[in-house]
Amino acid sequence: MKHARIVITGVGLTAPNGNSLAEFRRNLLTGVAGVERIEVRYMGQQLAGVCHFDPLKYQKRKDVRVGTRAGSIAIYCAREALADSGVAFDAMAKDRIGIYIGCTEHGNVETENEVYNVSKFNYDTKFWSHYHNPRTVANNPAGETSLNLGTTGPAYTIGAACAAGNLGLIHATQMLRLGEVDFALCGGISESIHTFGIFAGFKSQNALATHEDPAKASRPFDLARNGIVISEGGCLYTLERLEDAQARGAKIYAEIGGYHVNSDASDYVLPNPQRQAECVRAALKHAGMAARDIHIVNTHATATPLGDVQECEAIRAVFGEGCPDTHINNTKSFIGHAMGAAGALELAGNLPSFDDLTVHPTINVDQLDPKCALPGLVLNQPRRVERVDAILNNSFGMLGINSTLIVKRFVP
Amino acid sequence: MTKDECKQLVLDIIADIAPDEDLSNVKPEVRLRDQLQLDSMDFLDIVMELRKRHGIEVPEKDYMQLASLDSCAEYLTPKFNALPPKA
Repeated sequence: MKHARIVITGVGLTAPNGNSLAEFRRNLLTGVAGVERIEVRYMGQQLAGVCHFDPLKYQKRKDVRVGTRAGSIAIYCAREALADSGVAFDAMAKDRIGIYIGCTEHGNVETENEVYNVSKFNYDTKFWSHYHNPRTVANNPAGETSLNLGTTGPAYTIGAACAAGNLGLIHATQMLRLGEVDFALCGGISESIHTFGIFAGFKSQNALATHEDPAKASRPFDLARNGIVISEGGCLYTLERLEDAQARGAKIYAEIGGYHVNSDASDYVLPNPQRQAECVRAALKHAGMAARDIHIVNTHATATPLGDVQECEAIRAVFGEGCPDTHINNTKSFIGHAMGAAGALELAGNLPSFDDLTVHPTINVDQLDPKCALPGLVLNQPRRVERVDAILNNSFGMLGINSTLIVKRFVP
Repeated sequence: MTKDECKQLVLDIIADIAPDEDLSNVKPEVRLRDQLQLDSMDFLDIVMELRKRHGIEVPEKDYMQLASLDSCAEYLTPKFNALPPKA
């Protein structure tokens, strides 16, 4: 079956080290991390990636008060992506625009806040907010975005743990190819740093990073890595069918090359390198590419002692020693783990490589773990390369969901 | 508490729940919804804040008493004055 070609025509993002693609990219190339200490309820000071965009750029103060942090992140990213795409938004058929947003989870922040609120009133539930349900429904960030934009097409979230950012793009690609919509806003967002539960959960798993210097806390592949830095963030793209993008003379960042999603079916939290390798291979097959055709592999690695080694095992199995032009990096070393936003943000940080032929590094590797010593790993300093024609982006999540997305240089 | 003081307490609540609104010229006799961007959820906010901040209960059958600042003052001032003194 011949599929419509799908292209990326706009990017809107907020990351702990940048509120636009240009700022984010600049910091990825100059080694600027975005991790700081914040006060977490019941837990005191914790390391986190915090976004510093201005929600009032696109929302009224009342909308910020009534809505959720996830909604504000999604709205900011959506508006920025639309502006970047140059599309004549006011003239568009609003019922033909789809919004597909990946989330690791939604509702924990708002539920914790309400439980804390009623604890101040002796747990009397008559003080429980009437906003609780609209704030906690799983479609909240997408729904708030549709309200803000006035779009009337499908708008929903895709729950896929930390693979969700890739899933947003993959799902949008599928919907565009099916003709369900003509224009998609898609990617992933996360408000996770506002719930103590995720910090406490990772701490109980012995998987929460600690370091005296916040900028050095997220250190995938380093021998001294000790866990995850939790971050908030978001990245939404505008996706269109190629003929629509060309008809309006759109700037094209990249073309969707191929993708795959599979499941480990082996453990609640432990990754499965065999299934990860199968996912990468299936994505390559879907794209009609060989491993050597990939010039950048952006790893999912979160800086847990076991998870990084297992992903390296999967990458080694696919790329081995026979891919001298394949360069491997990691974005979490700069911004921590932005959960549902991770896949989308990490892809965005690499997109400019098609133009500047530079691969951003994975930073904070003072002593490379020998078990993570992959050929092609770009350590601590950016690398200028001969060619960047295809980027492969891995995002994996709990309950064993794996996603691989390949984007390629747009060639008419 | 006077009725004017009661109106100010209601305005203080509205300032927090509708922070984009200009409250400098709210006409006390005109329905709040006719001069401010307030919806039904916002009125539930007013009811909740009266409960949280002042211990005042407004049963659902009395919600229409909150239509304007004047009607709020008529309805709420006796309730404020009936509150037990704070310890």
